[in-house]
Amino acid sequence: MSMKDTKLWTWHMAAGVIILVLLGAHMLTMHLNGVLPIESLNPAGDDPLDWANVVARGREVSQVFGYIFLVGFGLFHGLYGLRNILFELNPAAGLKRLISVVLLLLGLGLFVYGAWSAVAARTMALSVSG
Amino acid sequence: MSNNGAKEFVFRVRRFDPIKDDSPHYEDFKVPVQPGWTILEGLWYIKENLDSSLSWRSSCRMGVCGSCGMLVNGSPTLACNTQIRDVATDVLMLAPLPNFDIIRDLVPDLAPMFDKHTHLQPYIQRDDHEEMLEPTDQYWQSPEQLEQFLQFSYCIKCGCCMAACPTFASDATFSGPMPLAAGYRYLIDSRDDAFKKRKNLLGSGGVGPWRCHYAGECSAVCPKGVDPARAIQFMKRELVLDYLRLSKAGKRKPAELLPAEKRHGRRDEIPEAPPFTVEGAS
Repeated sequence: MSMKDTKLWTWHMAAGVIILVLLGAHMLTMHLNGVLPIESLNPAGDDPLDWANVVARGREVSQVFGYIFLVGFGLFHGLYGLRNILFELNPAAGLKRLISVVLLLLGLGLFVYGAWSAVAARTMALSVSG
Repeated sequence: MSNNGAKEFVFRVRRFDPIKDDSPHYEDFKVPVQPGWTILEGLWYIKENLDSSLSWRSSCRMGVCGSCGMLVNGSPTLACNTQIRDVATDVLMLAPLPNFDIIRDLVPDLAPMFDKHTHLQPYIQRDDHEEMLEPTDQYWQSPEQLEQFLQFSYCIKCGCCMAACPTFASDATFSGPMPLAAGYRYLIDSRDDAFKKRKNLLGSGGVGPWRCHYAGECSAVCPKGVDPARAIQFMKRELVLDYLRLSKAGKRKPAELLPAEKRHGRRDEIPEAPPFTVEGAS
């Protein structure tokens, strides 16, 4: 029994919705702070890139998980979409498998790098005094 | 325009004879079109008066059989269902349906479409084989249940949707709008008991609806208003809901025979059929 395409497509759609939420949160925090200030994430004022704000956000566990999820769902959504576009070119079955494997490895590699970056940012923020 | 109302149009017809020709070419025919003529009638005029070797496929002449699908001025449509004066200026371009091999002139090879149609099992499947073979009564279905698939059952398999589909144009392994709309029609039919089998078939490989990116051309050209693009999106929704364990269709039990309290027999207001006009008929 296989419903591979049904599962992948469902997750593709779900990832789109999740990205909308997470990217919305990112936009609120990083670009709309002047309009809708979030005190806990930007305690040092309007500028999200103020070092004190960067450190304050970096210490939040929710930020770490938020960015790990955003990286994961964003990569899946984007790379699955790219795979669909490449499949539109009607490659041979062997090439289809190769495309799938390459994109999977690329996605996993970028996810590990992105997740490590999120964790490293928190470690760095916790090590900063004040 | 002549006295009898005829107006001359040029029929620019794509010709291909696999025995003589290496590739298709266009030929012009001047046709004196009478008011009300369909494209099919114009083609008959050419065959009877100008070139008897011109080939196309047609049968019912009333938009029911789906035989005469062809490309008219770049758009797939039925030749019998299209008035010449509605679509032509002076020149009418005619070609066989694209996305299919050409057998000859305006005759496409529709066999791959019917193979895909058959592969999606377009028929009711149930366990009660004896009742299916020797029916004792009708399976009960509510008007609402009928309404779910009725529109998609109007398909006449003309192939216009397949000719308009950009995905099928680039990927011959894609099932295409006609087979998928037929597949959805049975997926959702409350009398059917093969949802699990169908979802596994549709859920993997290029067979299912997933390659459709909703260009919508299939619905735009459908001469019967079937709207295959809608069926394909509904099919996606049903399969996703089933994956999320939310599908009602996936959990349903197949319709049972009409319950006794709903058997009313023949209604009084429906007249009897007229007597046979041929002696000995039964």
